[in-house]
Parts: sequence; structure tokens; C-alpha cells
Amino acid sequence: MGDFALEVRGLGKQYRLGAQRELRVTLREALTQAAGRVVRTPASLLRPGAKDRPDQGLFWALHDVSFTAPAGDVVGIIGNNGAGKSTLLKILSRITSPTTGRAVVHGRVGSLLEVGTGFHSELTGRENIALNGAILGMRRAEIARNFDAIVTFAEIEDFIDTPVKHYSTGMYLRLAFAVAAHLQPDILLVDEVLAVGDAAFQKKCLGRMEDASRAGRTVLFVSHNMTAVQSLCSRVLWLKDGRLLDDGPAKHVVSSYLQSITDNVTDQQWPDAATAPGNEKVRLRRVAVRPERTDSHVITTHTPLQLEFEYFNLQPDAYLNLSLHVFNEHGVMAFNALPMTEHQWQGRPFPVGRFRDVCHIPGDLLNDGVYSIELLIVQDDAKVIFRKRDVLVFAVHDAAEQRGAWFGDWEGAVRPILPWTTEFLGATDSMNND
Amino acid sequence: MDLREIWEHRELLIFLAGRDVKVRYRQTALGIIWAALQPLLTMAVFSVFLGRLGGIPSDGLPYPLFSFTALVPWTFFAHSLNESSNSIVGNQQLITKIYFPRLAIPTATVLAGAIDFLIAFLILIGMMLAYGIVPTVRIIWIVPLTLIVFTSALGMGLWLSALNVRYRDVRYVLPFLTQLWLLATPIAYPSSLLDTAWRSVYAINPMVGVVEGFRWALLDSATSPGPMIAVSSLAALGLLLSGALYFRRMEATFADIV
Repeated sequence: MGDFALEVRGLGKQYRLGAQRELRVTLREALTQAAGRVVRTPASLLRPGAKDRPDQGLFWALHDVSFTAPAGDVVGIIGNNGAGKSTLLKILSRITSPTTGRAVVHGRVGSLLEVGTGFHSELTGRENIALNGAILGMRRAEIARNFDAIVTFAEIEDFIDTPVKHYSTGMYLRLAFAVAAHLQPDILLVDEVLAVGDAAFQKKCLGRMEDASRAGRTVLFVSHNMTAVQSLCSRVLWLKDGRLLDDGPAKHVVSSYLQSITDNVTDQQWPDAATAPGNEKVRLRRVAVRPERTDSHVITTHTPLQLEFEYFNLQPDAYLNLSLHVFNEHGVMAFNALPMTEHQWQGRPFPVGRFRDVCHIPGDLLNDGVYSIELLIVQDDAKVIFRKRDVLVFAVHDAAEQRGAWFGDWEGAVRPILPWTTEFLGATDSMNND
Repeated sequence: MDLREIWEHRELLIFLAGRDVKVRYRQTALGIIWAALQPLLTMAVFSVFLGRLGGIPSDGLPYPLFSFTALVPWTFFAHSLNESSNSIVGNQQLITKIYFPRLAIPTATVLAGAIDFLIAFLILIGMMLAYGIVPTVRIIWIVPLTLIVFTSALGMGLWLSALNVRYRDVRYVLPFLTQLWLLATPIAYPSSLLDTAWRSVYAINPMVGVVEGFRWALLDSATSPGPMIAVSSLAALGLLLSGALYFRRMEATFADIV
């Protein structure tokens, strides 16, 4: 059997469409994706994977997936909705059985597929801990031993004898997660728990997962939160349309996944001046954005960027300058950039001909998210002679480092790293002497 | 059959049965009194219409006692059929989200009915004493007879709960099935209406042996139910084994089609 906690060989799961409510959701997503694909690249429909799509009412939610995981590994599972992540976890936790292949699991499996299932709203917190613990496979003695820890973890000490129907959503979820988190399985399956709770609770949950792996337990972690996946998992599986597309080191797989899901406009060229955007005064020739250092193709918040604009000036002796409006995905203009440090041409008349402007955006300025650039060309410092939205659209990905234990959204239009100092000014009794 | 796995989850079984008991009569005005009232009301109806007006014989026993003795195991059986047939479908939230032996669900439902059965049984003893009948040592036979009721109820519960996952028709068939079964069991009438030779065939219905067994063990009825009990035990066992096999075959697909 080897040293693997988990061995999956040729796993496949076929569903009949329309058999179940949940599946229809998957179908809808599958159809949306297929439609999106036709619009973008019709050729992709000709790829071999395409013929397994909704065909005679059957489809593969999971197809020929194989991997092994040694004990103590923390494996992330990523992919779009409907990629088969949840189906995989359901098969591993024996809720449903595979159509083809097999999954060998060594040890007790604990799954956190949806917190709070098995809670009965008429029963009190105390009764539900017992019932839920039993459903999750805990022994009576185990529940009794962990009872206080569960209550403390969930922070519901005062409400333990209240029926859970009177709990707030937060309390309910905390209690549900607390019970599950005190289960001590050999293999822990976690499906998107980070969606619930506030920052402090998130931190506790992730802490439990780290403890589990340190104690030699295998953790499979499904999440859409790439920051959490990167910091918790050493290895990541990427599922797409039910197939295992990639399996490797977290950093590598996550960046190729992120690369694939953004519709970036990072390089546009108009070789034919007659059809290029512009007018009788200026015409664009090329716009591009790229990392300053060419060894990396993924843009993170740390990456210094270079924006390039090539254009034709069609008027003799024009005084021109570019102006960049940088918008984030919420439509907020993060800043406006002008060629203020350019001294070669600014303030001098431009002859007719081709020009190139390069603007450098340092690392640690943009936040994570999708940015779009609006380009304006201004004459005589005041007159906008050309403007075009979305000349460039690019995603800035979260850098997992330097976040501490916070995995939530980092707010703000920009995300600079600023010089900072803290000084100790004396003990508290010196407050009065000042 | 993975009996070891079920044994490992015995606490879950107790918790689930306890939950079913706790919520069974919740938000009813009479609560647990219903457990006694249901067979008592049926007995009253039978006594007036069938015993008095219909003049149906009762093996020389007082008709109300005669029918109530049969109604105690029957009510448990009919109730189990009703509750367990819907048990898997009713717990689909659990089935689709967590793994545990699925057998625990219908089994717990049948077990939860034991409380009602016990209450009705105590009323029966009270009624016997009121009629001046004191139980003899034969009462010990109630234990194996109860085991036969449980076996049949669980067997049917497994069949119906698994069938109901795929075919919701079960819901419509069940009232008719229960009615037919009631008439095919000597509850309102004695099995002595049949020839001795036919009684053993009749006892393929496991409730026949149980009901006649109850009367014999408690009321000292004249029928010697030995052969009937033997046939009914085998039938009950057959029901349980076939039910368990069908359930095991279907359970892998429960989460997908429930």
C-alpha cells in the first residue's frame, strides 16, 4: 500500500444531467463556459476535451484523475466553479461513489464540506455538539473530552443551553466549525471554509489546519482564495472541466491558474495607420504593459511595471503630453500619471513622426485586482485631443508574502509599503510627566 | 454486510433515534399521549363496528382486549413503515454532505418507535388486569416476539426507504399497502377462522405469527401458534436480509439521486 495517506487512480464520476438540482447548477456553469469559449476562441471547441461535454445527457464531473498524497501533506485544490473540486472531495469522503477508478484512503476521514449540516434548530448548542459530533464520527468520550474546547473555540459560552434557532448566523457557523475542527481525522477534507466568519475567526480556522498538518495529518483544501492556498499548501492540484490539468508546487500552479483566468489586454498593435485608433492629429501604433524584469510573466503587487505607448504625431510643432488614468476594478481612479520627470521632449514642439513614451510603475504601489488604463493625449497642457478607455487591462495578483496572518481582502486603491517606525517613549507612569 | 462499521457507529444510532423521539410529538397538544391514543381509538372503532355490530368472533376473549393485544405490535409496525419509508429522503441534507453508514437512518427511525411501543404495552398490561387476566410466565415470549416485529419492521423500512429515494411513488403506495396488510393480519378477527393447514401459509405474513403469539403469550388464547410463529420468524428474517441487500446495493447512489 506504500506510505501514502491517499491514493487516487483514474477516478471518474459521470452524472446524468438534470438528475439533481445541484447538477443543474453545474450544467448551467458548463454551458456558460462553453458559450464563452465559442465567443473567444472557436478553435478551442475542437480540442479533444470538448467531445465529452453535455452529450446525450451524460457528462463527466470528474474524468481520469490520479494523484497520491503522502501523510502530512497539505494539498490545495483549485479550479473554476464546476471543475470537479467538490465532486472529488465527495468521493474521497465516501458520500458518493466513483463511476470509474478508485480512491484508497488510509485512516479516518474528516470532512468539512459544508459546516452545520446535521444541526437541528430545535436542539440546544449542547445537544447539537453531541449530535453533530456523533454524525461526524466522534465517540461519546471524545466529544466529552473536547466539549469545553469546542465551546471556547466557538465563543458561545453564554448560549450553550439556548436552542440554535436563536443563534446569529455567525454564532451558528462558529459552533459548526468548532465541532468539526475538533475532530481528529487522519485525513481532513476542507471545502471553502474561509467564506465564513470574521478575520479573527478565519485566523483560528487556518491555525487549526496548520496544526493538523504539523501533527502529520493530510489536508486537502479547496478554496478560491489563492492567497490562503499559496501560504497553506505546499502542493496544488488544478482541476479544469473534471480533469487534472496541473499538479505541482503551489506557487507555480497558482500563477499559471491566475494567468489563465484573466482576460488581459497587455499588448495591442495597429500596424495599419489608417485603421488605428486616433484622428487627424494623433494615431496609436502600439500599447503594452509588462513586468520590468522579464524573468517573470506574472504581475504581483511587488512587480515593477513598464507601460509603453507608441504613437504618431501628425501635426507639425505640436506641444503634446500623455496623461494616464489608472482605474481599479471598482471603477475608482487610483491615480493620474503625467510625464512630469521627462525633460527631453516636454516643453518642446514635437515634429511629425513616431514617438514612444515609457512610464514606470514601481513595485508595491498597485493593490491586487484588475487595473485598466485610460490614455489621454493632451495638447498645449489643456486640450484633450484624443482619449481611449481600456487601452490596457491587466491583473495584479496578490503576493502571499508580507501579509502576516491576514487572508482577507486588502482594501484600498493602492498598496504602498511605507517606511514606518515605532518608538518606546517610557512606561505608563510617565504619561503624567509630559 | 459491514456489521463492524455499524457497531462503530452505534452511538450515532442512539443519537439519531433520540433526535427522532425528541421531535416526534413536538408542537402537538397531547404529546406522548398520542402513543397510547392511537391504538386505543382503533380498538374502540373495531370493538363497536366489528365486534358488536359485525359480531366477529374473538376466540372467547373480550373483543376490546382481543383487538388491543394485536394492535400494540401492529401500531408499532405500521408506524415504522410510515416513518422509515421517508427517512432517507427526509435526511437528504445529511446524506449529501456527510458520510456515515446510511443504514443508521432507517434503523434509528425504527428504534425510535420503541418508546411508543413500550407505552402502549404498559396500557395493555393495565387493561388485562382490569379484565382480571393476570400474566403468566408465558409473558417471557413477548421478548422474542418483539424481536420478530422489529426484524420485519426494519426489513420493510430498508426496502421502502431505499425504494423511495428513486421512486417517490412509495408515498402513494404506502397507505394502500398498510391497509391491505392490516386486513391480511388477524387483528380484527381470529386466525381460527382459517383451516389449520392454511394457517402456516397465512403466517408468511410475519405479523400473523406475532399477533397470534402476543395473544397466546398474554391472554392464553386457545390457538396453538407454534407453527405460525416459526413460519413468521423465517419470513421476517427473509424480509430483513433481502431489505438489507437491496439497501446496500442502492446506498452508493443515494447522494446522487436523492
